[in-house]
Amino acid sequence: MQEELTKQIDHLQKEIDDLKTSVSSLKESRKDQLSFAVVSGDMDKILAVMVISLAAAALDTRVKLFFSFWSLSALRDKKKKAPGKDFISKMFGIMLPKGKTGLKLSKMNMAGMGPVMIKYLMKKQGVLSLEQMFEEAAALGIEITVCEMSMNLMGFKKEEMIDYPNLRYAGATTFMAEANESSVQLFV
Amino acid sequence: MTQEELKNISVAKSVDARGTACPGPLLEAKKAIGTIIAGDVMEVLSADEGTRVDIPKWCSKQGHEFLGTVEENGYFRIFLRKK
Repeated sequence: MQEELTKQIDHLQKEIDDLKTSVSSLKESRKDQLSFAVVSGDMDKILAVMVISLAAAALDTRVKLFFSFWSLSALRDKKKKAPGKDFISKMFGIMLPKGKTGLKLSKMNMAGMGPVMIKYLMKKQGVLSLEQMFEEAAALGIEITVCEMSMNLMGFKKEEMIDYPNLRYAGATTFMAEANESSVQLFV
Repeated sequence: MTQEELKNISVAKSVDARGTACPGPLLEAKKAIGTIIAGDVMEVLSADEGTRVDIPKWCSKQGHEFLGTVEENGYFRIFLRKK
């Protein structure tokens, strides 16, 4: 009887130890960090990304933005030139917005009238502009990773990307590895 | 805290964020909180209804004590004590 009880207690103790180990590994694997996969290049969607990211940064949550495909237009610097592109890259360069001020709305774009009206309303209601939001993001240490594969695919060059303190070039693996550690992962 | 207590509380820092919309007031609050010491009271003025809900959430995450809100004519005074 006594022996049986000791056995059971030992067994329970072992289970508790196992649980402790897995709980602590769970705690360590989830950081107070936001991973954002940004694929869309519409003005409204980039706005949403920046507002949520700034709110997260205000909460001292570490923010990592991964820009790929259409969103890369938002990271182009309209003052910069990137010579030496082939024909298709040039076409992409001409047809896609050159920087965050030239983005379209996903709805009600109305050949550019929509963004003009939204910008007017944002100013009137004291909403930060996209330029100001990127400045705040830089000051708060929000990190931007540019997907190198899609940048090459769309014919963009590093030379035409914005000056941003925490900008780097990497691939999907980097995003996944970091998203895996984040307590929040979002996709736009 | 009662409305009367809040109105008479001595404030170490007042952040006027009435000119900005979300997430502006929060960013201003974050900047300002670094300029006061623990135990000091800060108030955030915001015309934005959302900020009234957001600031208590921010406080509970950061560990600051949310003291309450006083509704003025067309704006809110949101009080908190730095941890």
